[in-house]
Amino acid sequence: MSDYAQLALSEVEAGQDLPDLSYDVSATTVVLGAMASRDWRPMHHDHDFAVNRNGVQDIFLNTPNQAAWFERYLTDWTGPKGRLGRIKFRMKTSVFPGDTMVFRGRVENVSTDDTGCGWVDVAVDLKVGDRVTTTCEARVALPTAADDNPWRRKGDDWRP
Amino acid sequence: MADELPAEIQSWIGKERYHEEGEFPVEMGYVWTTCSSVENGNPIFWDEAVADEITDGPIAMPTMISLWFRPHHWAPGRSHTVQPLQVHFDLKDRLGLPEAVMTDNTIVFGEPVRPGDRLKTCQILHSVSEPKTTKLGAGRFWEIEVRYTNQKGELVGAEHYTGFGYKRDA
Repeated sequence: MSDYAQLALSEVEAGQDLPDLSYDVSATTVVLGAMASRDWRPMHHDHDFAVNRNGVQDIFLNTPNQAAWFERYLTDWTGPKGRLGRIKFRMKTSVFPGDTMVFRGRVENVSTDDTGCGWVDVAVDLKVGDRVTTTCEARVALPTAADDNPWRRKGDDWRP
Repeated sequence: MADELPAEIQSWIGKERYHEEGEFPVEMGYVWTTCSSVENGNPIFWDEAVADEITDGPIAMPTMISLWFRPHHWAPGRSHTVQPLQVHFDLKDRLGLPEAVMTDNTIVFGEPVRPGDRLKTCQILHSVSEPKTTKLGAGRFWEIEVRYTNQKGELVGAEHYTGFGYKRDA
C-alpha cells in the first residue's frame, strides 16, 4: 500500500474548519489556468481586451480553473480517497493578477446515505482581502472505514 | 429590449442540442498541466501505484470535465467552430446581448474520466429570465445544462450554468 495521508468520515464533524490556502495570483497564474483548461477567450490573457471590451481592471481567472482550484483545496484536505460528488460555485467578482486568494472552508454537514456512502458538505469562501470573490458549496465522499474507498462506487451506489 | 422571448428561443427550452464528440481522446498531458496550474499534488494524478490502488488506474481531475470539448483554437480546413457553450453564444446572438458573464456553476460528477476515453456531450437550455438590469447593464439570465458521457454511455458529469447576457450602459 502506498503512503499518503487520508481523512476518514469519523474524523469530521459539522462546524469544523478546513485549513486555509493562500496563493498570490500573477498574470502567469491566470494565463496558465486559461490555457490548461483550453479557454482561449481573450479576457483571460489579453489585458487590453479585458479592460476596454469587458470593462474590468485586468485579465481574470476563468471559471474552469477556479473549479480546479476548489478541487485542489478540498482534496488537499481529504486525501486521495476523497471523491467529489458535486460542487456549486458562484462568482461575485473576479480574481485578478496581484490579488492574494485565500480559500477558507467549513464543514456544514456530515452524513451517510442509504448505500453506506459517507458524505461531507463543505462551504468554501474564496476571498481577496475582505472581498468574497467566489462562494462554493461542495459535497465530498470520504471513507467510512479503513477498507472503504468511495472511488469503487458505481451506478446506483454513487449518488452525488 | 422586448420583454417577450422570441419563439425560436422558446423552442430551444428543454431540448437536447449540439450533440458533439470531443476532438481528441482524454490524455494525461492536460491532466498534469491542469494539476500544475493549481499546484495540485494529489497522488492519484502523479503516482501510478496510488492510482492503481485507489482509482484502478489513472484518471483526470473531475473538475476538468468541460476541457475535453473545447475545440482547438485553429484546425486545418475548419470554417467555423461550435463553441463549448454554443447555446450560451446563440442566446447572446439572438437576443442582441454582446457581453455575458457566468454567475453560477454546478458540476455533478459521475464515473471517473480516464485517459483514452472518447467523451460525448449535449447542451440543454432550461430557462431564460425576463429582462433584468444589474450593475453590469441590461440583459437576461439563462440556465444551461451540459451533459457528458463516455464511450460506454455512462454519465461522467453534468454542468449547470447560470449566465447573464447584457449590454453595457452607454
